[in-house]
Amino acid sequence: MAAPVPNREIIHQYLRHAKKFPHIWCPGCGNGVVLGCLLRAIHQMGWTKDEVMMASGIGCSSRAPVYVDFNTLHTAHGRALTFATGVKLAKPKLNTVVVMGDGDALGIGGNHFIHACRRNIDITAVVVNNFIYGMTGGQQSPTTPQGARATTALWGALEQPFDIAQLAAAAGATFVARTTTYHVRELEGLLVKAFAHQGFSVVEVIAACPTCYGRRNKLGDAVGMMRWQKDVAVSVEKAQGMTAEELGGKIVTGVIASREAPEYVTEYAKLCARARELEQAAARQPAPPKPSPERTDMAANEPR
Amino acid sequence: MSGPRELLLQGNEAVVEAALAVGCNFYAGYPITPSTEVAEGMAAKLPALGGTFIQMEDEIASLGACLGASLAGAKVLTATSGPGFSLKQELIGYACIAEIPVVIVNVMRAGPSTGLPTSPAQGDVMQARWGTHGDHPIIVLTAASVREAFDLTVKAFNLAEKYRNPVILLLDEVVGHMREKVRLPAAEAVERIERIRPSMPPEWFAPYEETNTGVPPMAAFGDGYRHHVTGLTHDRMGFPTQKKTEILEGTDRLFKKITRGFREICLTEGHGLEDADAAIIAYGSVARSAREAMEVLRSQGKKVGLLKLQTLWPFPRAALEKFVGRVKSVLVCEMNRGQIYREVLRVARGRCEVRKLNRVDGELITPGEIAKAMRELV
Repeated sequence: MAAPVPNREIIHQYLRHAKKFPHIWCPGCGNGVVLGCLLRAIHQMGWTKDEVMMASGIGCSSRAPVYVDFNTLHTAHGRALTFATGVKLAKPKLNTVVVMGDGDALGIGGNHFIHACRRNIDITAVVVNNFIYGMTGGQQSPTTPQGARATTALWGALEQPFDIAQLAAAAGATFVARTTTYHVRELEGLLVKAFAHQGFSVVEVIAACPTCYGRRNKLGDAVGMMRWQKDVAVSVEKAQGMTAEELGGKIVTGVIASREAPEYVTEYAKLCARARELEQAAARQPAPPKPSPERTDMAANEPR
Repeated sequence: MSGPRELLLQGNEAVVEAALAVGCNFYAGYPITPSTEVAEGMAAKLPALGGTFIQMEDEIASLGACLGASLAGAKVLTATSGPGFSLKQELIGYACIAEIPVVIVNVMRAGPSTGLPTSPAQGDVMQARWGTHGDHPIIVLTAASVREAFDLTVKAFNLAEKYRNPVILLLDEVVGHMREKVRLPAAEAVERIERIRPSMPPEWFAPYEETNTGVPPMAAFGDGYRHHVTGLTHDRMGFPTQKKTEILEGTDRLFKKITRGFREICLTEGHGLEDADAAIIAYGSVARSAREAMEVLRSQGKKVGLLKLQTLWPFPRAALEKFVGRVKSVLVCEMNRGQIYREVLRVARGRCEVRKLNRVDGELITPGEIAKAMRELV
């Protein structure tokens, strides 16, 4: 791996100079770590800023695009993948990265998420999982662990949470990885792998929301939550030798799924070429005789 | 491409022909009766032309994909009907505030809810105007025949591109499914208006700046004009703002750009209004019955005129002003409970009697019904 690029260089190159800072994120929030990793990974890819389209939905993590100097698209709640699909199809050369939160991607945008996985279009979806709806103040989300407290689950969440990475893999995403904001180097590396992958890739990032989740669930402050991420993370390799019981309460990190499969934009381009060939072949056939001379009276078309 | 062609077409198929003639190269949709033929037509024809067709997972995703593609420079279309139109409302608002050109065809069926999926209605007139939340400008056209479905689809694209606004084309099930012989113009005879691209260097580009038309130039993602697009209220650079002055500057301009275009946007067709004692106002397939009724009444010596609306929103007030002070009465015929009727009342302001004739049972209003109602007025 090349020597890490100093953060100052990354900041100067990729953050928007015209945008008024500070950002909206709370002290101790994981979103800054995710954004830093995203920028360093994009830098590693060698993409120019004009070649990157970063989209997002609604929520804290979805504010990331406004700060960065790419083609950026802050869409409606849950809809980021639908917009990104349109962008990618219309301009396949754009490297398309979508940043979403757990409520955004799996709650209101759940349908779009599973279908994007199955479509295998060359987009990278980064799902920042802080286990609650942070921007609205800490309501339970599709990933809130059973029993965890939220403002709309004061006595503990009743439903079982989604495992984002497993869901993505089961829905057909061809590259799926997971890590936490504590594992910064691993996150950066996984993002690079996801970007390089041809097809739909998902990177789930466990992130801390000390303000709305940690405090209510006695997980400590920002540092305490980082420590928690360190303690519960188990690598994919290590997890293979562990029982389900041992894995209870743990978070498996690393590459969860990776396989080659036909990518949508490439396949669609082939389909277009085939359709053109068929049309040209049909045009070469002699035209059938016209049944009657063409009528020219326009009056017949006047609507009554 | 091709010269003028004479074809037997459905209204839905005419939408496809028009979209391709005006350069539409992206369609995202979801199957729904009675608009599905639009999706099927685009699916069959776009690939060979190098355009993109994609069937999305739902109605919301269809519009989302269209908006993304439009931002990346494509000319985009989607089509739907009642329940799907309800689902699309969220992103219609997004297209309004982010000023993204898109044409949305809604082939109206009787509602509410699942309603009568295969029967005609005109119940979505107010939804087309106010369906998405918040104050917003919108352009809504409606067609009465297969040929008009072609012409107004072309118009819808040109207005969407010119004004950077979503344009909704309302057909009713009758116009969508009825087959008529139409003579389509040669490709080169079809007017094509493209969105204005930025000509300044990228560092000067302000994606939402005030211009003399009110419409800012639109850069496509990936063309070197890196910018931010958001559904949040934004400043001229596209960045979220909560400053009162910037909020007003942005939202005022959204309305101003459409207001400035009223003359071009508000389309109507008048028949026999010059000497009319009473007038019929109708649109969509009902306007066909109204025309027939008018001819019958004229042949019986009754001076009846017809105003056919092709633009519903912004409401073509100027066309009504020409005769509401002169005629004794106006009959507004619609396949709903009187959605345009109230607009006519508002414009007439008591200068003439305004009556309504409505059907909401999934059946067309017949010429006989209109003639009968008119005989009471002249």
